[in-house]
Amino acid sequence: MNPSAPLLSVEQLQTWFSSRRGTARAVDGVSYSLKAGRILGVVGESGCGKSVTAQSIMKLVPSPPGKIVGGRIRFKGQDLVPLSREAMRHIRGAKIAMIFQEPMTSLNPVYTIGNQICEMFTLHKGYTKRQAMDAAVHMLEKVQIPSPHKRVNDYPHQMSGGMRQRAMIAMALSCDPEILIADEPTTALDVTVQAQILDLMLSLRQEFDTAIQMITHDLGVIAEMADDVVVMYAGRVMESAGTKALFSDTRHPYTRGLMASIPVLGRRSQGKAGQLAEIRGMIPSLLELPRGCRFSNRCPEVLSVCREEEPDLVDTGKGHMVRCWRWPAASVEEAS
Amino acid sequence: MTQRLLEVRDLKVHFPIKKGLLGRTAGVVHAVDGVDFYLNKGETLGIVGESGCGKTTAGMAVMRLTPPTAGKVLWQDRNVCRMGPGQLRSLRKQMQLIFQDPYSCLNPRMTVNQILSDPMDVHGLYPGRRRRDRLAFLLETVGLSPDQGRRYPHEFSGGQRQRIGIARALALDPELIIGDEPVSALDVSIQAQIINLLMRLKQEFNLSLIIISHDLAVVEYLCDRIIVMYLGKIVEAADFATLYREASHPYTRTLLSAIPVPDPFRTPQRIILKGDVPSPINPPTGCRFHTRCPEKMDVCASEEPEIRRLGAGHEVACHLYGTP
Repeated sequence: MNPSAPLLSVEQLQTWFSSRRGTARAVDGVSYSLKAGRILGVVGESGCGKSVTAQSIMKLVPSPPGKIVGGRIRFKGQDLVPLSREAMRHIRGAKIAMIFQEPMTSLNPVYTIGNQICEMFTLHKGYTKRQAMDAAVHMLEKVQIPSPHKRVNDYPHQMSGGMRQRAMIAMALSCDPEILIADEPTTALDVTVQAQILDLMLSLRQEFDTAIQMITHDLGVIAEMADDVVVMYAGRVMESAGTKALFSDTRHPYTRGLMASIPVLGRRSQGKAGQLAEIRGMIPSLLELPRGCRFSNRCPEVLSVCREEEPDLVDTGKGHMVRCWRWPAASVEEAS
Repeated sequence: MTQRLLEVRDLKVHFPIKKGLLGRTAGVVHAVDGVDFYLNKGETLGIVGESGCGKTTAGMAVMRLTPPTAGKVLWQDRNVCRMGPGQLRSLRKQMQLIFQDPYSCLNPRMTVNQILSDPMDVHGLYPGRRRRDRLAFLLETVGLSPDQGRRYPHEFSGGQRQRIGIARALALDPELIIGDEPVSALDVSIQAQIINLLMRLKQEFNLSLIIISHDLAVVEYLCDRIIVMYLGKIVEAADFATLYREASHPYTRTLLSAIPVPDPFRTPQRIILKGDVPSPINPPTGCRFHTRCPEKMDVCASEEPEIRRLGAGHEVACHLYGTP
């Protein structure tokens, strides 16, 4: 395999949900790629399709009503979309693992933590029960759970939120996956615990060399963790770039609106805060999307063409992708 | 001349844990354990802390929605803890609440107009023909249109529902609004709309606000003074700029350092704490933060620090700043 090729590339992915009121195009032509050993941040508000994209990669979209209706998900060149359930089972957990926002609802309450981690080893690696239990204790130690020999026998309800998230990470990393998808991994946690978990994820990435796709609504978490960022809105990628380029040279009006609308700690104390900029209006329903650009009804820089026709996601220079009529594609020499 | 609206002295709220058939008391949750604070008219006070620190309980005790175990809550020099039912009703007319979750705090079977009318019916305000104008005024004040009043809560988005919650709080022309995590459940782009709305209303109606939140960035943005709580105690109190620039308690410093800042060019100087927040059933002896404190000294485990003044309005409870 070509070493510079992305580990995971999502190409024109479409995941739609059908309901009596119509078809919700939750993910509609989403493309991005994740390179080995990198952290990709996917940022967006509710209903933008960031979680459904992750579920599609894991092939965990509840079906019906959801269905991947188009596009490809290439993992090391292999398309995951047509894979059978059986074939997918060997990838899910072993090659691509996922952690969720609320560990209490994604851990099984009637099994001990140890039991649930063991399953990973017995299923994917064919360990015996005893080997698996030793490995589970070792994993709990890796995620810095104190006295792992004892905690391995705990049930999820006996642990705090931070501990449960650590246990989830231990489980996700137990088969040394190549990709870890983290869907709002710290949103339900207190800030000091969030700091612990983010710190842990960064150090584990060093150790396991796992590529991480981090889904969040928190631009602060993105700025600290991610190497590259994808900004999603109403089922589409609006902008994607390297993290520093995205923050210092923000191009899409939606991304700029997001950045101006968050209170930044310390800004008012340093006398730098004015009124927060609002993005007027509200996130459109996926069943009643505006014509043309999906952000056109809220965009402060809207042009008449924006309401008629939707722009493509184009390279505006050095891989900075933008979906906006105000940002034309760079010429071929510039783009390369 | 600043007018003292609210004064809380040595407030304690304890919850007994009942066990077994006979309801034997097996322990006590020390949710709020001796806090003092005040609020002047026209001021915005922020109460921050992590889950279980007692910030919400303290707010509820001010309204006597949770009965205080000990201490005093003085509302314009009258003790809230001793009020009879009639006085309590008039007190609650002057204090209103906004909740975190705009999905669960509105009755789904009532129209918006009914939701807004309810408190006015209870207090006999704006009766008869004045009611319609009042409803239209309230809806327009929070940025909704009067004809949306005939709709039901499920027809609105999260941000709009929070606006309805705010309109309901304004219905009785209160003096004080307590917001319990008023923007935490909202999307980023909607959060700014609600924050700006709260700031505008505060000016327009000369309101006083107490904002209870875990989000220091939101609190710094909205509040004049901020108190930081940990396990039922106040660890530090200061005006917003002092708290940010001269945070003195190790816990405040940790909290400030823990917040991810949306700036990829800045390297975070992060203090990472060990362990979790201890249980408020058996809080640690001495300073409650000593089990996790990066600057712990011997005295911290045995003696509880007293509140010390570091400057105008800046108070901290920590042994680092000497014994009295």
